[in-house]
Amino acid sequence: MVERTPFLNFFTHVILFVGFVLCIAPFAVVAIAASHNLRDVNDVPMSLLPGSDFWLNIKTAWTTADLGPKLLNSFIMAAGVAAGKVIISALTAFSIVYFRYPGRTFIFWLIFVTLMLPLEVRIVPTYAVVANVLSPYQAILDVTGLSWLIEKVSGVQVSLSLGLLNSYSGLILPLIATATGTFLYRQFFLTVPDELTEAARMDGAGALRFFIDILLPLSRNNMAALGTIMFLWAWNQYLWPLLITTDQSHATAVTELKQLIPNVGGIPEWNIAMAGTLIVMLPPLIVVVLMQRWFVRGLIATEK
Amino acid sequence: MEKRVTFSSWTIGILFAVPQLLLIFTFFYWPAGQAVYWSLTLQQPWGGGNIWVGLDNFRSILANADYWNSITASLVFAGISTGLAMFVGLVLAALTDRQLTGSRFYRVVLIWPYGIAAPALAMAFRFILAPEAGFMAVVNQVWPGFWDPGLDGTDAMASIIIAFSWKYVGYNFIFFLAAFQAIPRSLIEAAAMDGSGVVRRFWDIQFPLITPTIFFLLVINITESFQDSFGIVDIMTSGGPANATNLMVYKIYSDGFKGLDYSGAAAQSIILMVLIVVLTIFQFRFIERRVHYR
Repeated sequence: MVERTPFLNFFTHVILFVGFVLCIAPFAVVAIAASHNLRDVNDVPMSLLPGSDFWLNIKTAWTTADLGPKLLNSFIMAAGVAAGKVIISALTAFSIVYFRYPGRTFIFWLIFVTLMLPLEVRIVPTYAVVANVLSPYQAILDVTGLSWLIEKVSGVQVSLSLGLLNSYSGLILPLIATATGTFLYRQFFLTVPDELTEAARMDGAGALRFFIDILLPLSRNNMAALGTIMFLWAWNQYLWPLLITTDQSHATAVTELKQLIPNVGGIPEWNIAMAGTLIVMLPPLIVVVLMQRWFVRGLIATEK
Repeated sequence: MEKRVTFSSWTIGILFAVPQLLLIFTFFYWPAGQAVYWSLTLQQPWGGGNIWVGLDNFRSILANADYWNSITASLVFAGISTGLAMFVGLVLAALTDRQLTGSRFYRVVLIWPYGIAAPALAMAFRFILAPEAGFMAVVNQVWPGFWDPGLDGTDAMASIIIAFSWKYVGYNFIFFLAAFQAIPRSLIEAAAMDGSGVVRRFWDIQFPLITPTIFFLLVINITESFQDSFGIVDIMTSGGPANATNLMVYKIYSDGFKGLDYSGAAAQSIILMVLIVVLTIFQFRFIERRVHYR
């Protein structure tokens, strides 16, 4: 530091330490409560020394909420969203930055506006669309009179129907349909020197070749950051999976947590609930700890 | 900003944008339009299409005391949790930025909570703040009946605020720290040479320089408090007791999917959309300012 401030330094250490304790305490409490037996966890005050039933509780929580397949579902969904975002955003950003076609600005704004309205806000109609993902196109055909025309000409009645409830695509696709990643790539593409593009063109590279061989390898850092942040974001989704997975087979680990809330009658099984919570919060925590650099970078870059 | 060198083929260019456009048309624009349509019509109870009712859905919602209660609860929640999370995040970031021994360590650990799913941390806090077990039970033993989120609306509101703030302190911390570290060291050192102390430097140099970040986080925290609160409310209180924590998104969910009142839920969605769009536009104005600031 610039000058000696022993008193203030002491104060700084104290506050930061308190902040650290408050930050860590809930994790610790969950882990400790998960290791107690039913009687100890309901003791007031609960003992802060770990009990001996940790693996038993983990096992019980695992089977009660059927966490194995649910964690797999969560993983598929999170990986799908992350991969989809990384790929589709790159394609769109490339289109917006490197081409001049009529309506480009319009497309830019069309995509930009999606940043404003999160999925939670338009949840009811999105649900209806996912129930039959072709319904918008059916409606367009109906309104424009095309379906009448097709029926007259070919005798086939047009009724498009494709339900995505209880499917991985239903879980994943609506979460990809926002602009978050597009602007991250756009910012980066704008900093790529024009000379590089010129050189590539001079060597005879077309748009596709330039994109795959030059632009994508250059954006590796962006991809890691975006992928990390999207993986976490998708893993932590709650409302959307809760709605569209009416069938247990596609439920995710986070939505299954609700099964573990102790019921009011009887002695609450907090030890089991905390063991389940620990299992569900561990994967994202591991990602944050291991991918910290990308996480912070992605967070700051996607939001700005 | 524009590229000087571009590719000439229109078709390839548009093809690259097609996947994204299809997705946002199907899952964004169509549902958003649908919400507007539903909010202006009423579904017949036995099928048979929607009848046009104009602004009646909005009128009946705005005349409904439950809805105003939900708005008030959302605003109280947004205001207190944003204030708490931002204040604590700011203090921790300012102190970490002093770069004493161990600040590296805090930089790593303090952002962990943000990685946790809202329902998972809600579950943890449901236990920690439970009146009969956990830690508030100790307080209840000393003062019986002091704390019961299951019966007392204020306690329930306090619980969800604590859970939400705990998560977002880490988030604000990251952004504040980044903002502090973007301030040139030479500015701080020059001020120190001129004899200003740590506190003076904070208020006269660092604080004014991070105001854009403060505005930015203010908006993000408020909008997140509308969205990310759903999981917390659903796990901790289910909107109760007596609707004390029935926040706006939770009410849309329960009216639309439990009460099957699509028109009412759609009208509520529209109101929330307008609210968030206004906030976002507000934020973009400040982002503009930030660009000119440096």
